[in-house]
Amino acid sequence: MTATELLTVIEPDGGVNGHVVGLNDAELLHCYRTMLRVRAFDDTCMKLQRSGRIGFSIPNRGVEATQVGAASALRKTDWIFPSYRDFGMALYHGITPLAMMHNMFGDAEDSAKGRQMPVHFSFEEPIKFFSISSPIGTHIPQAVGAAYAIQLRKEDHVVLTSFGDGGTSSLGFHSGMNFAGVWKSPVVFLCQNNQWAISCPSEKQTASESYAIKAKAYGMPGVLVDGNDLLAVRKAVVDAVARARSGGGPSLIEAQTFRMGGHSTSDDPTRYVPKELMLEWEKKDPVQRFERFLEKRKLWKSDVREHMYTEAMEEVDAAAKIAQSTPRPALETIFSDVYADVPAHIRKQGQAAFDLAKRKGDAEAGGGAFPL
Amino acid sequence: MPSLTLVQAVNDGLRTAMRRDPSVVVFGEDVGPKGGVFLATEGLTKEFGESRCFDTPLSEDGIVGAAIGMAVNGLRPVAEIQFQDFIFPAFDQIVSEAAKLRYRSGGQYTAPLVIRTPYGGGIRGGLYHSQSGEAYFCHTPGLKVVIPSTPYDAKGLLLASIDDPDPVLFLEPKALYRSVKGEVPEGAYTVPLSTLRTVREGRDVTLFCYGAMVPVAMKAAEQAALKGIETLVVDLRTLLPLDEEGVLEAAKQTGRVVVLHEAPRFCGFGGEISAIIAENAIEYMEAPIVRVAGFDTPFPNTLEHHYMPDDRRVLDGIEHVYNF
Repeated sequence: MTATELLTVIEPDGGVNGHVVGLNDAELLHCYRTMLRVRAFDDTCMKLQRSGRIGFSIPNRGVEATQVGAASALRKTDWIFPSYRDFGMALYHGITPLAMMHNMFGDAEDSAKGRQMPVHFSFEEPIKFFSISSPIGTHIPQAVGAAYAIQLRKEDHVVLTSFGDGGTSSLGFHSGMNFAGVWKSPVVFLCQNNQWAISCPSEKQTASESYAIKAKAYGMPGVLVDGNDLLAVRKAVVDAVARARSGGGPSLIEAQTFRMGGHSTSDDPTRYVPKELMLEWEKKDPVQRFERFLEKRKLWKSDVREHMYTEAMEEVDAAAKIAQSTPRPALETIFSDVYADVPAHIRKQGQAAFDLAKRKGDAEAGGGAFPL
Repeated sequence: MPSLTLVQAVNDGLRTAMRRDPSVVVFGEDVGPKGGVFLATEGLTKEFGESRCFDTPLSEDGIVGAAIGMAVNGLRPVAEIQFQDFIFPAFDQIVSEAAKLRYRSGGQYTAPLVIRTPYGGGIRGGLYHSQSGEAYFCHTPGLKVVIPSTPYDAKGLLLASIDDPDPVLFLEPKALYRSVKGEVPEGAYTVPLSTLRTVREGRDVTLFCYGAMVPVAMKAAEQAALKGIETLVVDLRTLLPLDEEGVLEAAKQTGRVVVLHEAPRFCGFGGEISAIIAENAIEYMEAPIVRVAGFDTPFPNTLEHHYMPDDRRVLDGIEHVYNF
């Protein structure tokens, strides 16, 4: 594995050339199903957004194998410091489409209490999937801090933090990588190079030969892998996790992939992504790639995808129906959780807002009266 | 009871916190073996080892970013930013991350951390070793902003800040680091956040101040007393969340208010104090509120003594509201 030569595992015929996969049949099918659930969630959210029922979504088509391959290398006791295009990792570890859908609608059951835009998930269970922020790269040094606590307590957990190619230009990438190199932090830095930072192509993001090669300057190994090859991503992350767990320090993995859609539902990629490039990457679809591997192992035949995708769609549709009929958060949620206790000036403002809403008869349902 | 300087009281506070709680870690630029450029962390690496008091790379963003991650994962980090003037690379981490984390995660993740940093002028530090940036941070819901002015408060407020479940920006008046001395109890005690301190009673004029301006306020109040004007001097101690009731009570006592800070006047903290009084107690006011503050210029080097409010300017303000 190197920082400039692309590591692949799954060959065009579905073979793995003697590579030890390290997952049993059920786990392999879980990986496959998770990719289809990401797709179903994406497809549903796109429809919900286009029909005006949710305000925003972030599509993941094309990058599913990177997310799922990486997640498969983690234990539930590990931490994920994700970017906003990572929810395949959450689904892999058992966070439900319903919990996610409550966030998409920002309703009363949303773990973030409707305070964040859609896709800015925050989950504590069944894995630490850290609260997502919109500014780019800020979570990278935070991941290193969380890892410092692990080191100080001599635990064997690891922290995986994920960001895009654009994220490597951020202040947080530099400070996080630098601190982790010096501290020998148990952190895996995963750069999902999907080649576009909104509309900015990779060649305008860096003059570096690769993103992975940047690891060298921070004193850690860097590996370039085929991000559409679930097993290649998994192999690199498994190695990096093992090194981190045993005190060997951090690694940077660049998963080279392609964002097969817009940056978000507010973006039209046909304005800047060349059509031929899109067609070229269409042929490298990560789900099909994994299907060829599963087929060779006799775990897949042509009707499996439709069956599993339909199942996933039913699950996601049901979640969307529940979320859609869940009330909005109570008015008091504007004023709570700013601090552990509500200070007097916020309490006063909340009381005034609540009184006004009550007088006008538009207090959100489910809201309790102040004081909090 | 030992008599300590303000910076010794900070050191004592850190040591006390680290002794009673193994999850307290102290770090920043040069805070390890050297003990910090002002020696606030002197001896801590020796007593607690490099894993609990250590030097970091020269990156404020990294220092605060890492502190957030540590706090999220069960530690009680106390990060030092060497000069408040250098905090701005970490502004994003403080304002967009630490301060908003509890809110944006619905209370699932929190960042109980303290960022200590020396602020203010008086050491011939020029533009970049002298600023008072408290107003930038007081505009940030989710953050607490604390400024001590005595050794006793420095230790007690620091321990309260470390205990606090929310992120605290702890601004230390570097001009007072070694110029004030006072009795500081040994061991642990706290001074509650969001409480004012009446430094001096007075029936004629109320003077609000904090940090390095407290001794200046006292000097001016003593001079005013020689002229027969009795000044109530109030040390705000915590700017956010502010003890608004305490402010109003003190303002109503005299009906004549001067607000003092060394930060620039425009959009400074004095504006907020004035507005709170105007909104809630204007009927008690006998004179327009006067703000005595730094000029709306960058902080100069050679002429810093003209920039920083001194007893002359404060006395002027006191006399103005008294004679109105």
